[in-house]
Amino acid sequence: MTQSNFTRRNVLKTGAVLAGASAANLALWAQAWAQASPFKPEKGASIQLLRWKRFVQAEEDAFMVLVANFTKATGVEVKVINESLDDVQPKASVAANTNQGPDMFWGLYSLPHLFPTKVADVTDVANYLGKKYGGWVDTAQTYGKGPGGKWICIPVAYNGNVINYRQSMIEKAGFKEIPKDTAGFLELMKALKEKSTPGGFALGRASGDGNAWVHWALWSQGANLVDAKDNVIINSPETVKGLEYAKALSDTFVPGTASWNDAFNNKAFLSGEISLTNNGVSIYAAAKAGAAKGDAKMKEIMDDMNHSLWPIGPVGKPTEFHIAYPLMIMKYSKVPNACKAFMAFMLEAENYNKWLEEAVAYLTHPLNAYDANPVWRTDPKLSMLKDASRRTLTAGGLGSVGEKAAGALADFVMLDMVASVCTGRATIKDAIAVAERQAKRIYR
Amino acid sequence: MERLFNNRNFLGLLFMLPAAAFLLLFLVYPLGLGVWLSFTDARIGTPGKFVGLENYEWIIGDSKFQTAVFFTIFYTVVASAIKFAVGLYLAILLNERLPFKAIIRAVVLIPFIVPTVLSAIAFWWIFDPQFSVISWSLKKAGLITENINFLGDVWNSRFSVIFANVWRGVPFIAISLLAGLQTVPPSLYEAATLDGATRWQMFVKITYPLLTPIIAVVMTFSVLFTFTDFQLIKVLTNGGPAGATELMATMSYNTAILGGRIGEGAAVSTAMVPFLLAAIMVSWFGLQRRKWQAGSDSND
Repeated sequence: MTQSNFTRRNVLKTGAVLAGASAANLALWAQAWAQASPFKPEKGASIQLLRWKRFVQAEEDAFMVLVANFTKATGVEVKVINESLDDVQPKASVAANTNQGPDMFWGLYSLPHLFPTKVADVTDVANYLGKKYGGWVDTAQTYGKGPGGKWICIPVAYNGNVINYRQSMIEKAGFKEIPKDTAGFLELMKALKEKSTPGGFALGRASGDGNAWVHWALWSQGANLVDAKDNVIINSPETVKGLEYAKALSDTFVPGTASWNDAFNNKAFLSGEISLTNNGVSIYAAAKAGAAKGDAKMKEIMDDMNHSLWPIGPVGKPTEFHIAYPLMIMKYSKVPNACKAFMAFMLEAENYNKWLEEAVAYLTHPLNAYDANPVWRTDPKLSMLKDASRRTLTAGGLGSVGEKAAGALADFVMLDMVASVCTGRATIKDAIAVAERQAKRIYR
Repeated sequence: MERLFNNRNFLGLLFMLPAAAFLLLFLVYPLGLGVWLSFTDARIGTPGKFVGLENYEWIIGDSKFQTAVFFTIFYTVVASAIKFAVGLYLAILLNERLPFKAIIRAVVLIPFIVPTVLSAIAFWWIFDPQFSVISWSLKKAGLITENINFLGDVWNSRFSVIFANVWRGVPFIAISLLAGLQTVPPSLYEAATLDGATRWQMFVKITYPLLTPIIAVVMTFSVLFTFTDFQLIKVLTNGGPAGATELMATMSYNTAILGGRIGEGAAVSTAMVPFLLAAIMVSWFGLQRRKWQAGSDSND
């Protein structure tokens, strides 16, 4: 692939505004792209792709348009299978173990690091995209690269997990905005409870929202499961502080959060039961959709709600934990080049910009060039999500993102430790001891 | 050749082969593989090497495993006992002359017919911390002021999932016992009535003894189903809060498939086998003791 080919393609797409390219233009561009692309699909190839089930309908619609355009341009059929978020990992694990199943998996966090020897090397795709679109953000490189520095997946997007709150309710509690520090945030939560408009974070085994807030709370106080060399350091004064902070927060929650999974807080927020929770922007999207259908209550929530980044704790830097969505090609696939072509096609500006826009900030990009996407400018309530991929820490915290980090997440080591303290099942000391024992086993 | 096909032993062996092959392929092999994996440090994608009892040593000292074993036994014993009591009661009731008997019998089966995941999702709403219909009704009736924390509190969540399991399992027991009840000859009751027996005496002296073989079989199945339950817990609590409702089956899945530590997960599931064997033995000996009822002369 030479630079001149890009130029030719660029000429072709002249006149088509990036995001607003008409369908005809897009199809034309896709054909030109297929001709010029360095990734040539195998003859008669067809791809099976298993992805996490969408949370925002428009995102899936845009994705399927992209898939259809790929098929038209390359002749490669792509069969997309949707599975709920929590089911992708078990299916991918079984496929990796038995060497058969879908050609590509699109999962979450550090999924490909669970079986790095079973996924194809996609360094060429990563380099191609990185060079073209302003480079990968740091966390994308961490998630993308496996042992030996080779890329084992393409982190296609991040699902920013932020604080969702009702402006009117925090104002009644005496605050204009979400405090920037963890101490102030605790005061806000206490005040919200006093006004009988409590907030709440999931304490059940919620792999998305539960992990996000628990890791933030612990990391913000300097508590870490492992150090940079993957030595277990959870038994520390910082963890005690982190757990004390989490407990103090949980005392202000609406009752019942110990049973919440990822969906409960959405329901509770949209019904006006809680004033504040942590979530992606799908609650806002749902309120907007409801308002568009003429639902007055949804309109009220849509107008009143806002998002905020997470407060910063004593460690003095952001300690957020957003979900990464890595796309990987299985080594057993007979059509690796077709899969690579699809990966590259998906992240090309002509496709990716449109897709990102349709996801209305539910997803954040991993490539710097997409900072220019209009979705980050159209709605001030969503613009802070632009930096989700830069502000997030990776699975494993200070340590590696490998299979050990994935194991610790799957075992809910941190989440259960916090939940057992917050529900009064264990003392801080005992909870840490249990987590330490488990972590030492996982990280041995 | 012809002689061979006239040989009873050979023919017997031949006819057993398909069944044996089926059992070997789908039962012995997976079970054997599971046991073997439990002695290795296999992870997803790597076959692992033999580590002896290391996995078992680890899980025995693991407080999460201990909690899972405790709750699995508690869940099985309590749910099975309630299912038996309610099932037997329902069976006796359905055995009486009732109007619309056929329809009522069909209705009783509904919880058993509904897919587990669907009923689990229904219970999910019933036990919701904010929107529970039970909390709502009790609040409207002025009996409580705050919603009941069904799945967020350790013991509430344990009894909530047991309730859901009972709801689902009762029809199986009720209908099976009903079938058993209908094999009891009415002449025995007539004779007992002539002797002046009360209804309770008839139940204790006739119904219950004649029903015991069926009870043994039905309860064995019920205990096995309950002990190996998975879907209900996975959907309702995923083992939470903080592992309070974790069953050995869900723990095995989480460790092996989600956590990637196949050897350790296999050890957890292999650890279920002794308990299941014990349950089968109890029923087997139960059946043996009652051989005379099936017409055998000896009472061994």
